[in-house]
Amino acid sequence: MTPDAPAAGAVNVITGRGIPLRGDDIDTDRIMPARFLRATSFDGLERHLFEDDRATRPDHPFNDARFAGATLLVVNSNFGCGSSREHAPQGLARSGIRAIVGESFSEIFQGNAAMLGVPCFAAERQAIERLQTLIEQTPDLTIAARVDSGLITAGPLRLTATLPAALRDGFLSGQWNPTAMLLDRFDEVRAVASRLPYLNGF
Amino acid sequence: MAETLFQKVWNAHAVRTLPSGQTQLFVGLHLIHEVTTPQAFDMLRQHGWGVAFPDRTFGTVDHIVPTDTQRRPFVDLMAEEMTTALERNCREFGIHLAGPAEAGGAGGPGSPGSDDQGIVHVIGPELGLTQPGMTIACGDSHTSTHGALGALAFGIGTSQVRDVLASQCLSLDPLKVRRIDIDGRLAPGVYAKDVILTIIRRLGVQGGVGFAYEYGGSAVDHMSIEERMTLCNMSIEGGARAGYVNPDDTTFAFLRGRRFAPQGDAFGRAVAWWRSIASDADAPYDDRVRLDAASIEPTVTWGINPGQSVGIGEPLPSAPGDEAVDEALAFMGFAAGSRMEGTPIDVAFIGSCTNGRLSDLEEAARIVRGRRVAPGVKALVVPGSRRVSREAEARGLDEVFRRAGFEWRGAGCSMCLGMNTDRLEGRQVCASSSNRNFKGRQGSPTGRTLLMSPAMVAAAAIAGHVVDVRTLLDEVPA
Ligand code: SF4
Repeated sequence: MTPDAPAAGAVNVITGRGIPLRGDDIDTDRIMPARFLRATSFDGLERHLFEDDRATRPDHPFNDARFAGATLLVVNSNFGCGSSREHAPQGLARSGIRAIVGESFSEIFQGNAAMLGVPCFAAERQAIERLQTLIEQTPDLTIAARVDSGLITAGPLRLTATLPAALRDGFLSGQWNPTAMLLDRFDEVRAVASRLPYLNGF
Repeated sequence: MAETLFQKVWNAHAVRTLPSGQTQLFVGLHLIHEVTTPQAFDMLRQHGWGVAFPDRTFGTVDHIVPTDTQRRPFVDLMAEEMTTALERNCREFGIHLAGPAEAGGAGGPGSPGSDDQGIVHVIGPELGLTQPGMTIACGDSHTSTHGALGALAFGIGTSQVRDVLASQCLSLDPLKVRRIDIDGRLAPGVYAKDVILTIIRRLGVQGGVGFAYEYGGSAVDHMSIEERMTLCNMSIEGGARAGYVNPDDTTFAFLRGRRFAPQGDAFGRAVAWWRSIASDADAPYDDRVRLDAASIEPTVTWGINPGQSVGIGEPLPSAPGDEAVDEALAFMGFAAGSRMEGTPIDVAFIGSCTNGRLSDLEEAARIVRGRRVAPGVKALVVPGSRRVSREAEARGLDEVFRRAGFEWRGAGCSMCLGMNTDRLEGRQVCASSSNRNFKGRQGSPTGRTLLMSPAMVAAAAIAGHVVDVRTLLDEVPA
């Protein structure tokens, strides 16, 4: 059975095995090539994660049985740049990824992942590389990432990562999906609309 | 207190601070297309939500629609299914749709007909939907384009599309503002595309993360709105989620008379407000960068992200041990220290939301007129919208391109991304006026993309290899 995207509710401690994916500027066209956007639902996207990279690189981590079933993806800098397609984090979430740890992320990607309940933790390059090496050496290692403190522990390794404050608070309170909040005080939305010159004939 | 346009527009649209600490921001215009919305509409139905402000939402089809023939039903069944889904969703929720022409009367309530279809970032400004001082959202990262008219425009994901449909709002953190001044004059043969490629190269593909880019300086003051759109369009390739130019007389002249622009007396009142939301002269910026326009050359990418570019006269970098450079050179099959000039091409693509507007086609046609596409090169021109197409045809540009051996297509995204039937094959090299040279972007996992201005693409199509467009400008046949 395919794991679905995370269920609603608070997100704090994420534990599981890791999968290291090295490289800067990995864009969303590589995570989810455009031809897989030819669909009216997100179902089954997990099958096409990194499809082209995997075809050209047999040693791609997402081809490697040792990392199958991993929960935490460990990447380098500017992960998820390029297209705003939510299909990229959808594919990752549907493949069971519950948290991403990396040097930095594109804003749109980080926001899209957050909307699915998947936190993107940022940490320094050295710490990330050590974590990637450790996972490559011991793929069975259980890793824990904490949203509240930003602490990530993996065997002997402890590193501190950060999340934007608003996203962190959203995960902890379970309100990482903001639609209900946005609809909460709709009179205030109407009030703003009634003040905007371009909605009121200037 | 002196403020930037960003701060003024943000404050005018801020509803409240959410419990999460983010700002609830009202979205003045929501643009939608067939690819990033079907799941959002399904989520609305699941929750029993309606569309909060259907008259502030506007749809079109661009990404998957074929551009060779747009007769319905499309031969590509998935294109037909996704187009039909958008038509159904717009009808059900009362949203205005600029559908494809042969849709048999499809289109939302009040649809003006289908002559408006085109790439979402091309039709917003040309219909006058995009206006200064607005907040604009669209499920597409190149929404930054609309900043050319002094709007704050953000690309969003599908879950946020659902939020905007349901509430007309986004939950966002404010951005910092980096002012980028481009002073002086661009040399002939150097375009807005070269400017933005140079900026991204200099500041890096992630240099803009956390920022909105405000473009100004004398070179930008002299740019047309279409050129400013090219500039703002690729802000996202530099990591900046939004980019904008302060509205000025050029902006107001562009908007006057457009269908959804204010009409009559309202236009004068609008101009007064639009002027008031421009950045104050002494506004504080989080960062400032300056560029000398005269120092910019025709620029071409050599790698696998839009920051990997060189001026046409420069050698490719040789940076032993730099993994990113090595990976890009290996993928592209280029040698460190070599030059782009002379690189053979297989395909020439003129189009996209970056460079698929009338002035882009005019510049390319200047190069093409009276010449022939080199043997073995597949060359296509894909107008950004039906209006661009009609206006180009009225000027006879379609004939100029056809006579030279280009295909003249219908409006859409076409070969900018490998989603429709236009794709690279194998290791083909494509000279492209689009915005992304990522691995696989143009539909072949091993295909290679060289980004450049439309005039440079035209020159490459004629020569059969990358060439400095300025050498052709000097000898434009009469
Ligand atoms: S032309 Fe290209 S970049 Fe622009 S909206 Fe279409 S696919 Fe996206």
